[in-house]
Amino acid sequence: MTHAPHRAHGQGGRSAARGGPAVHLARDRTSARWRRGRRPLVLTLLVAAFGMALAVLVPGIAAAEGEQIVGTLQTSRSGPIEGVEVTVETADGDQVDAVETDEDGRFSIDLPGAGTYTVTLDEDALPDGVALGTSGASRDVTVDDGRSQPVNFGLVDGSANAGGGSVEAVQLLVDGLRFGLLIAVCAVGLSLIYGTTGLTNFAHGELVTIGAVIAWYINVRGGVPLIPATIIAMVAGAGVGALNELAIWRPLRRRGTGLVAALVVSIGLSMLLRYLVQIVYGGFSNPYGDYQSQRAVDYGVFTMTNRSLASIIISVVVLVLVALMLQRTKIGKAMRAVSDNRDLAASSGIDVNRVILVVWMMGGALATLGGVLLGLSDQVQWDMGFRLLLLMFAGVTLGGLGTAYGALIGSLIVGVFVQMSTLVIPSDVKYVGGLLLLIVILVLRPQGILGSRARIG
Amino acid sequence: MSDLIDAFAVAGKAFFGFQAIFFALLAIGINVHFGYTGLLNFGQIAFAMLGGFGIAISVSQWGLPFWVGVLIGVAAAVVLALLLGLPTLRLRADYLAIVTIAVAEGLRLLFRSVSATPVTGGTRGLSAFNGDFISLAPWDTARRYGILGTTWSGGELWVALIGWSIVILFSLLVWQLMRSPWGRVVKAIREDEDAVRALGKNVYAYKMQALVLGGVIGSFGGMVYAVSTGSAIPDQYQNANTFLAYAALILGGAARVLGPVIGSMLLLFILQFTDTGLRALISNGVIPETLLSSTDVAQIRFVLVGLGLMLLLVFRPQGIFGDRREVMLDAR
Repeated sequence: MTHAPHRAHGQGGRSAARGGPAVHLARDRTSARWRRGRRPLVLTLLVAAFGMALAVLVPGIAAAEGEQIVGTLQTSRSGPIEGVEVTVETADGDQVDAVETDEDGRFSIDLPGAGTYTVTLDEDALPDGVALGTSGASRDVTVDDGRSQPVNFGLVDGSANAGGGSVEAVQLLVDGLRFGLLIAVCAVGLSLIYGTTGLTNFAHGELVTIGAVIAWYINVRGGVPLIPATIIAMVAGAGVGALNELAIWRPLRRRGTGLVAALVVSIGLSMLLRYLVQIVYGGFSNPYGDYQSQRAVDYGVFTMTNRSLASIIISVVVLVLVALMLQRTKIGKAMRAVSDNRDLAASSGIDVNRVILVVWMMGGALATLGGVLLGLSDQVQWDMGFRLLLLMFAGVTLGGLGTAYGALIGSLIVGVFVQMSTLVIPSDVKYVGGLLLLIVILVLRPQGILGSRARIG
Repeated sequence: MSDLIDAFAVAGKAFFGFQAIFFALLAIGINVHFGYTGLLNFGQIAFAMLGGFGIAISVSQWGLPFWVGVLIGVAAAVVLALLLGLPTLRLRADYLAIVTIAVAEGLRLLFRSVSATPVTGGTRGLSAFNGDFISLAPWDTARRYGILGTTWSGGELWVALIGWSIVILFSLLVWQLMRSPWGRVVKAIREDEDAVRALGKNVYAYKMQALVLGGVIGSFGGMVYAVSTGSAIPDQYQNANTFLAYAALILGGAARVLGPVIGSMLLLFILQFTDTGLRALISNGVIPETLLSSTDVAQIRFVLVGLGLMLLLVFRPQGIFGDRREVMLDAR
């Protein structure tokens, strides 16, 4: 067996609790905020609403007010910026006007009529430390009839960039650790089931979903507080796991069903359960009843809600307990023995079927816990487990299929990778990054970090 | 009673409709992978998506002719098969399964993401790319035609005709290939990979060729689907479709030329019949709304397929036409 000493435990909790230097998590506040035109809002609305009719009936109104380009130059650190020249040209390149910003950083330029104009800022006149945003010193602006068109240059004062980059990375790292620990809680069962029975259980995601949904019903419909609801749901989840083993997998093993056939059966089971959950629970996502309206606590270099902190601590404690159980207790040693060599374990007096049953119950309970933690952060949904399943596979494969500690390390890496990848890629494709990681692992080291070469065929 | 006849008519149309063609082509591809070569491709829908979007993107985004779009779709499927096969075909069967299902889901997420919207149309997808193809029909595509109590638009008929022709062509191709020396090697790989390797065959290359072939057949399925619906939307290409195709294949009989074709026609018939039948029963009040509402009926088909897949594999893994000895697979 290739279990490594459990050195990966406890990292998440410590780094989470430690406070760093007091750097503010400055969101990239768009600094040069534009203001509305000088005309009263009522009139603007009136013009917008009655636009054409008004122009026809009273031809003078729009022209009398005139089209304008307005804006304000300021950033959160430098305040309003005075004395910067702003030039407006027509589309043909003829200069309309050039003005300097006033003491409030504001400028406004009257235009000869509606149309497209290019607004240019004198870059050299900006004070030290203030720079142009990504889109440069010029803006093309289309001004409609009678509108005073605001222009936003998106100035950057360095505060968001210098401090913000590293702060964001720390924030994502912490989020990633939380997510990775959550994946690990779900995936330990998957890996142990694989280790003891050889089954790649595609229905493991549904254990997560069913657990989370049971907890939701007890919590929201039953009115039980979330913590006892979770404990009840974990017992139920263990029952679901046991039912899986007793009703399906044990009889199948007895029939001598091949592993590939078993794999396709698990796919069928996954579909069956997933869509049953959708019928019973519905296609919507719902939050749990408790701990929803928490504000993020500022820890210096990152912020975190208390429920995320609790999620990290619970995951770490549970994973340490699982590791201790595998290492110290009789049943844990038996689990490792069975996944190492089933026949040898059986011949040395271990009741293999009982061990597998316990593994399933443990897997079900852990998946339930993971599902509740996922539901706390992302709400409860009918396909939440299936979406997590692929990341669980990525984590388990990365760590080494069939090894409990491998699942832990791999899941942590996948969680952190998925969250940190949003530094580079848009967040709605972050799961794709995790799945890409899976492929890269298989190319470089198919047996995973802790897996043994013999398992991969 | 009339409801029952209606359900039969609707289901009868499903028997020959474009969805049956779609699943037949997916299942023929899976048959090459799973039935003949023993590869567990759980991401067949990704090939279909590349086929469909190959046409959609080429025609409506890049303004290329329809047939160039077909070529691009096929080329994309080949590239995907190579990418999937390179890392996994040397490993145990379940690694390919994990990677293919992951890639299929990942590609769908990628195609529907905001950053891909300029190319793929995001969640709304693309449309208006099948005009060139529909206008090739030798009859009036705007009219509706009644055939044996079912009504078809001219366009549907044209797509069905071409689609079934493609199904027949690929079935013939698979039939001939599997009688050839290539087919015998591939089937031998399914039975005992090590023995084939000992005979000096390059198992990896054969597996890769099978993966590419099945993927290309799957991509044609996606094209038929996209052309007949006239739109390509990433969320149409859900992972569950792969398993519908697996159910169709195993129902008909894996490692049989006509297994996937008959299987998908039957599966679509059964699904459409239960769908229409259940809706009729609910609207007549036979099934109380509290037990099952009509919005849940769409999910029932997946529940049925999941259950059917399990029962088939446990009790009759050879399906209708298969040979039990050929489908007793074990992971290697």
